[in-house]
Amino acid sequence: MAERTFKVYRGSGDDGQLESYTIEVDQGMVVLDAIHRIQAEHAPDLAVRWNCKAGKCGSCSCEVNGRPRLTCMTRLSDYEEGESITVTPMKAFPVIKDLVADVSRAYRNNASIPRFRPRPRDAEDGWRMKQFEIERAQEMRKCIECFLCQDVCHVLRSHGKHAEFIGPTYLVRTAGYSLNPIDVEDRSAFLKESGGIGFCNITKCCTEVCPESISITDNAIIPLKERVVDRFYDPVKALVRLVRRR
Amino acid sequence: MESSVAVRDRGFGKTLRRDRWWVPPVSVALGLGLFGGYATWAVLQGGNYFADPYLSPLYSPCIAASCPEQIRLLGIEWWPFSPAILMMGVILGFRGTCYYYRKAYYRAYLLDPPACAVGEFRGDRYAGETRLPWVLQNLHRYFLYASIVIWLFLTYDTIHGFFFEDGFGVGVGSIVLLINLVLLSGYWFGCHSLRHLIGGDVDCYSCALAGKARHKAWKGVSWFNKRHMGWAWFSLVFVCMTDLYIRLVAMRVFEDPRLF
Repeated sequence: MAERTFKVYRGSGDDGQLESYTIEVDQGMVVLDAIHRIQAEHAPDLAVRWNCKAGKCGSCSCEVNGRPRLTCMTRLSDYEEGESITVTPMKAFPVIKDLVADVSRAYRNNASIPRFRPRPRDAEDGWRMKQFEIERAQEMRKCIECFLCQDVCHVLRSHGKHAEFIGPTYLVRTAGYSLNPIDVEDRSAFLKESGGIGFCNITKCCTEVCPESISITDNAIIPLKERVVDRFYDPVKALVRLVRRR
Repeated sequence: MESSVAVRDRGFGKTLRRDRWWVPPVSVALGLGLFGGYATWAVLQGGNYFADPYLSPLYSPCIAASCPEQIRLLGIEWWPFSPAILMMGVILGFRGTCYYYRKAYYRAYLLDPPACAVGEFRGDRYAGETRLPWVLQNLHRYFLYASIVIWLFLTYDTIHGFFFEDGFGVGVGSIVLLINLVLLSGYWFGCHSLRHLIGGDVDCYSCALAGKARHKAWKGVSWFNKRHMGWAWFSLVFVCMTDLYIRLVAMRVFEDPRLF
């Protein structure tokens, strides 16, 4: 068995520091396995959030060598043999303890999105729709709310615009509602004002880190931005709406 | 134990990333600088842009009175500068407000951010695209509309490139113009605004007028859109190379080989 050194963030808030642990590692281990071994052998009080170990619950999000990753899906073999691995909590969120971040703010953002509002039923047992027209919304439903996109988004991470911008996770949620063929709610005013979609400057980091490979920028954020343009920045569309209303 | 400074601190370049994260923004900055710089020079230069029957795509459509008679349109007499400047606003506006190029220059020139999970300069003053001048990015669809007109003229000029003094023929320049048109079309057809306007704004395709046709059109544009970055770069590089080729032929540095 080979040995590897891990530098793990220990502490609460911004007052923590990196602590080094050297452990024996086995073939096929992922970063979360290593964290568990550190817990078992060196630091039983090391706090880490995890659940499914299968990349589907989104609980074990951290930063591995500075990059937002699910620790359960990050293989040690992805790194050079002998290279130390740094594991830190998500930078865009306050730290509760060690690797556990406080993501409750994100849930408040979720609550602010105008709810799904279906059109009247087409049939007694519900609605009728074709598979091809629900596919765009289904892509958004793959989101596991791991918050890696919120973490890497520079609007939140570097500029701290948590109050003004709901972030990519909840733009994906909004797109999941708005692209649904039976939804009739107009969310463009919400997106422009309290959603703060204008803060996004399309740098695509959210798409790069998504473990579910959702094309967040191209398939969620830009289509929503274009809907905001339809409503607020396109005089021709405004004229068409006016004529239709009359 | 190590200091916490590098871990939670925010500031330009602060990161725990160990890869060469600075390579992509530096490459993009150099690439955009090189080809953007060449295109600007070529547009301002105002000469050697026509080698019968080839017109440089940077000068299409040629609408000033100073344009050669064979390709002159409108013949605007009050314009004393390079004829390409008249169209430059549309081209610059279309590429400048393009969702791909926005990512490229926000990262490469404004360093906002320089790369993912890397610290940057500005703090609380950041307003993204909510205020002037960046709120004007929302005008992208208008530049798209204007560029349709230029694309039509470019198509005409490409066809014109197959008609020599002795009739229809094919020169290397004709092929170069055709490739340029294909690349520019690929870039244009992958536009995010076009994708929205052609069908992306429809939620219920089975309820909308011509919904199925719009969904098919949306799927088609989505194919190009997935590769928008590639089309953006290839078309930018090739439009400069096309201009250079025609410029060198016009300057008689070499003859345009006639294939048949």
